[in-house]
Amino acid sequence: MTTTMPEVISDTDPRLTSFDRFERDAAQPKWLLNIRKSGLARFSENGFPTLLDEDWRFTNVKPIVELPFKPVTSLPVQLPAAADLVKFHFLKTSETLLVFVDGHFAPGLSRLPAAQKGVLITNLKDAITKVPELIEEKLSKLSTVDANGFTGLNTAYFEDGVFVHVAAGQSVDQPVHALFISTGRETGATSHPRNLIIVDASAQLTYLENFVSLGNAATFSNAVSEFFLGDNASVEHLKFQEQDENAFHIAGLYSDIGRDARFWSHSLALGSALSRNNIRARLNGPGLQAVLNGLYLTHHKQVADHHMFVEHAAPHCESHEYFNGILDDESRGVFHGRIFVHRVAQKTDAKQTNKNLLLSDDAKANTKPQLEIYADDVKCTHGATVGQMDEKAIFYLRARGLPLEIARRMLMHAFAGEIIDRVQHNVIREELDQIVWDRLEEKLATT
Amino acid sequence: MSKPLLEIKNLHAGVEGRKILNGLSLEMNAGEVHAIMGPNGSGKSTLASILAGREDYEITDGQVIYQGEDLLEMAPEERAHKGVFLAFQYPIEIPGVNSTYFLKAALNEKRKANGQPELDAMEFLTLVKEKMKVVELPEDFLKRPVNAGFSGGEKKRNEIFQMAVLEPTLAILDETDSGLDIDALRIVAEGVNRLKTANNAQLVITHYQRLLNYIVPDQVHVLSNGRIIKTGGKELALELEEKGYDWITKGDAVAA
Repeated sequence: MTTTMPEVISDTDPRLTSFDRFERDAAQPKWLLNIRKSGLARFSENGFPTLLDEDWRFTNVKPIVELPFKPVTSLPVQLPAAADLVKFHFLKTSETLLVFVDGHFAPGLSRLPAAQKGVLITNLKDAITKVPELIEEKLSKLSTVDANGFTGLNTAYFEDGVFVHVAAGQSVDQPVHALFISTGRETGATSHPRNLIIVDASAQLTYLENFVSLGNAATFSNAVSEFFLGDNASVEHLKFQEQDENAFHIAGLYSDIGRDARFWSHSLALGSALSRNNIRARLNGPGLQAVLNGLYLTHHKQVADHHMFVEHAAPHCESHEYFNGILDDESRGVFHGRIFVHRVAQKTDAKQTNKNLLLSDDAKANTKPQLEIYADDVKCTHGATVGQMDEKAIFYLRARGLPLEIARRMLMHAFAGEIIDRVQHNVIREELDQIVWDRLEEKLATT
Repeated sequence: MSKPLLEIKNLHAGVEGRKILNGLSLEMNAGEVHAIMGPNGSGKSTLASILAGREDYEITDGQVIYQGEDLLEMAPEERAHKGVFLAFQYPIEIPGVNSTYFLKAALNEKRKANGQPELDAMEFLTLVKEKMKVVELPEDFLKRPVNAGFSGGEKKRNEIFQMAVLEPTLAILDETDSGLDIDALRIVAEGVNRLKTANNAQLVITHYQRLLNYIVPDQVHVLSNGRIIKTGGKELALELEEKGYDWITKGDAVAA
């Protein structure tokens, strides 16, 4: 039985009462406390979404609501050893690595880059002391666009996260790799990674967020990332999530994109019992291009949900959303893509596709592409498919001599490859290709 | 006289309870080109699909012997390994599968099955470049996903290109000429002609006589209501073009 009444947050809910410690913290700047308070208020107002909420009708967050709320308040004393980390992916992708353990920055495990003029790459806590004005100006300025209780909770409780500022015209050569580790030792252990990425005019950045688990307790990661892209900026973001299958994962990705900028944001959802990505992009200047691209591979009883809101607020912009899912066992994929084209956004070119490949009779996909268009000279398309492997394509391959197993494998890899091929950064794409290839081979070996 | 390459004996087949082939018989020898013509719905494409091994059809009677073996017992890939090739009427788009990767895998599967060493990337590329000339394909074709976003003409040319690489013993061309303008038709037909040898055979299924101006068949068969009602030389095709199908199919209408 699912809850159909809106969740009411009681005054004694630990999610409200745990906030005290920020108010008592004398080192907390006033402006930051105010931001936190507004987050708490938003959480308190909105609470947790229920299936009655149109934006959450396919994803029941009750298991998260019922989880004990145990925010991890300091860096765990017992840190993972470097040897524990080697099993994670992308560790050799970049010289720059920021490791967060249960939401706290772990300098001993991290490798910060050498100072570069016009570039600041550090943890948010450090940045708050170094560039407080910039953070006060930007933090939580995008993440208030939706009435999302989870984002409110993050804003109230975040401890740390990534901070990147690339000044106008600067380019960061190495990808910034952020590894978020849930130690997974205790049920309900909650972290709120908070990332702020500011890339000014004509500047360039590749940024990789990597969410993983060490243990297998039912933990909760509730992340928020805000992206500010100046005019003609170029940012490639890849979020890779392979947390433990008992873990819960919610992420908000908010972006504000300037004219002629290029933004690629890829989401790979492989892990977690339940993962939900709330992706919000505001296309704020003419001539820009935003590509939201994702792949979810689920099995057992996993649920992977991507919920998008792309707002065309200027003319001559292109937005493309491509999401493919490969779903096995009793798992479920959810895609909800809403494109909103303002009246001024003439010559919009918006495309949205969601394709789901079901490997079992019990797997399911819920897909809801949605267009809302108030301009009259636009090109907007959307499409969604849910189905088994294409029998005609299998026959075509077999008729050319490929055995059934190889034909199936080729099609499955191709289905994933469509998404992976859009990753611009060569090293990341190749590694991703290998990860997904291995995962699918494993899948094929067991079916 | 050696045994025929392909013998179709009294083939009856249908789909979902509907009979399509009603006792079709046909013999082909190596080195021959046969054309099958017939009006829409006469069973042309069904025959092609059954020969290639599509599983949607129910065979109720008859036999197909290929190189002395029961073709109908073989999986589609096994037929391909033994030299059967179907040029699809509607080639399938396979986004995400790179053309080179696909064709190299297909060729190497065939070579493996025939006890030949697999080709490495360099050897394959050399072979492919030579074969591309057969159908005048640009090289960037190979970098694209199989048939994805190809025009109708490009898809058909790609089928003949694959045929050139796989060097089938029995090629079945299912309306390869349909939907082609005259230049594309000429390229495709010339490609097919160049692939003809004394050891292979081509079964050309067509709706239009036009193709047979370029590909000269040894025999022309007229298919109607799922069986061959008339066989003749290449002049039969011209006669069909002139008079239509009615003059031979008229007496056959009751068969269904």
